Amino acid sequence: MSDLEVLTQQLIIGLSNGMIIALIALGYTMVFGIVELINFAHGDLFMLGCFLALSIVGGVTGALGEAILPGSAVSILSIALMFIVVPFFCGALNWCVDRYAYRALRNAPKLAPLVSALGVSFVFINLGLFWGGLPFKVFGYGNAAAAPKDFPNLLPSQNLLANTPIFITWREVLVFLITIPLLVALNYLIKKTRLGCAMRATAQNKDAARLMGINIESVIGTTFIIGGALAGVASVVYALTYNTVFFQMGFRVGVDAFTAAVLGGIGNLPGACLGGLVVGLLRALSDQYIATQWTNSVVFAVLILILIFKPSGLLGARVREKV
Amino acid sequence: MKGSIFSTIFLSVLFSRAKASPLAVLLIISLLPLLFELIFPGHGICERLRPILIFAILGLGLNIVTGNCGLLNLGVAGFMAIGAYTFGILTVPIFPFQINAWLGLLASLIAGAAAGFVLGLPTLRLRGDYLAVVTLGFGEIIQDVIRNLDTITKGSQGLNPLPALSILGVELNNSHPSLSYFSLLIIIFIIVLLLRNLNKSPVGRAWSAVRDDELAAGNMGVPVMRTKLYAFTSGAALSSLAGALWASALGSTGEPGNFDFQLSVTALCIVIVGGLGNLAGVLLGAAVIVGFNSVFLVELSQFLNSAGLSGTQNVLATPANWKFLVLGLVLILMMRLAPRGLIPALKGSSSK
Repeated sequence: MSDLEVLTQQLIIGLSNGMIIALIALGYTMVFGIVELINFAHGDLFMLGCFLALSIVGGVTGALGEAILPGSAVSILSIALMFIVVPFFCGALNWCVDRYAYRALRNAPKLAPLVSALGVSFVFINLGLFWGGLPFKVFGYGNAAAAPKDFPNLLPSQNLLANTPIFITWREVLVFLITIPLLVALNYLIKKTRLGCAMRATAQNKDAARLMGINIESVIGTTFIIGGALAGVASVVYALTYNTVFFQMGFRVGVDAFTAAVLGGIGNLPGACLGGLVVGLLRALSDQYIATQWTNSVVFAVLILILIFKPSGLLGARVREKV
Repeated sequence: MKGSIFSTIFLSVLFSRAKASPLAVLLIISLLPLLFELIFPGHGICERLRPILIFAILGLGLNIVTGNCGLLNLGVAGFMAIGAYTFGILTVPIFPFQINAWLGLLASLIAGAAAGFVLGLPTLRLRGDYLAVVTLGFGEIIQDVIRNLDTITKGSQGLNPLPALSILGVELNNSHPSLSYFSLLIIIFIIVLLLRNLNKSPVGRAWSAVRDDELAAGNMGVPVMRTKLYAFTSGAALSSLAGALWASALGSTGEPGNFDFQLSVTALCIVIVGGLGNLAGVLLGAAVIVGFNSVFLVELSQFLNSAGLSGTQNVLATPANWKFLVLGLVLILMMRLAPRGLIPALKGSSSK
């Protein structure tokens, strides 16, 4: 492979990883924009979504009695099923977390919801550990609860650009196919609908929004649902692409997504997307041209440098400034 | 179980009715394991409670930054690692330095302060939440650097063997557990005294002002950047000291994976659960959280093992697997019921 081809391949990998990170970063940034809370539990919500996807596939495999063939009608149906059930579950779970853990802390000192989010994150991690230890065939009948689980291969892995050295499989295509329409839809929701207007108003100034007749708690709850659903979609895409599920995967992905959100400017939705793509590209290029063991440091070093020179992130933060 | 409920009731009565200073009470209670060890030696209780003391020092360092000055620091583990590895590199027999252990402690203090200064200088002007990410990134970078530069740091093996601190030839590590415990207590006592005076000094008051309202403090003539830098540097120095003490008592730096985000989160929880800015709170928080993680759960696992009740078949039957769930639920409930921390709640006061 020539240098240009290597670079192109890494760019493709970086962009597709970046889109997954962007989906999760959107959840972080939406919640932060509206309640000024770093939702530490978001990455672990993503992890639980992956476990649910694994359970769904396991259930389908059990009902079928045999492994699902990549590219068959069953695999397409199960993928569709996952894309419906998992975002719904993640959105609902996120709403519950807000309702029962964060809502009482709206007026508490600033670090209280943060610690609560840490607590929820720990609870989710433990749930993932227990989930992985369930006595089902797909989890090894309860053995090795803490080990990473293999996610079955549902997408055909042949190169769509056959006979060229560059690899694009259905996995990358799926990432783009799912993420881009979602981002367009989200943009439409935020800019053109009443709900989006209410969300923007609440993020700008909660009290004024309340005075204008907006139901703040309902808007905040809906934001959590949307953020959670996006993480759910990301978790299905991740599981299909990386084929592994591990109860502590939420931390790494969560940190990357949070970094992406901050990099683009926290509270800023296009910023989160841009940040996700930047982080994805950085990781791919660093893996290839520097060394995998330094990739995490490279991402953070770039983040620190950008924040030193542009303190509000690449596209500027959209949070209330105190006057 | 019953003991902890009883002691909570006892403590709350003591604090609210008898108006006893929580700090004095805690320091007296911390002498109890020492008595226990002297009367019943061989149970290793001082050794097992050592993590609580180390984390107390770590928490005191974080308390300056987050509790007193209001800067969220998610990378405390990085400073602890710097302290441990500075001590390690300067004292391990593999390298030619091999200085005295006490000098090693001093060196790690200086190294931590320097690292805090270098990190803080360009980043302390960022908004609070951005600073949190930067510190988180710093912790990760330090962990990667230590793991990857394995010619210097021996990578995953860690640096060993490291000398223990010794006074008049008596080694302060597991060979003399009660003396080691007592010396750590003395160090904590000295640090608490220093911090108490510092909090009442103009620097300490500047910290509180910046925490409460940065803009107003700046308008009142408080030099905000310098204040934050003082807090950050001192906090980093104390965290490094904790790391060096840990390495010295253990005889090894341990693997770099120990200094991860979870360590930073534990330190943060200690400070917040105990009460932000509250010295006694940090000590109590260390006792509660580290006591639960490192002491209670380990004891429970050993007890179940010896009673023949454990089994690896059922993931729900191993106590260690419930660690995260219990800690998480405790944090969530605590924030609903006592958001300002345990000590203010037990005191029954609503003042800061």
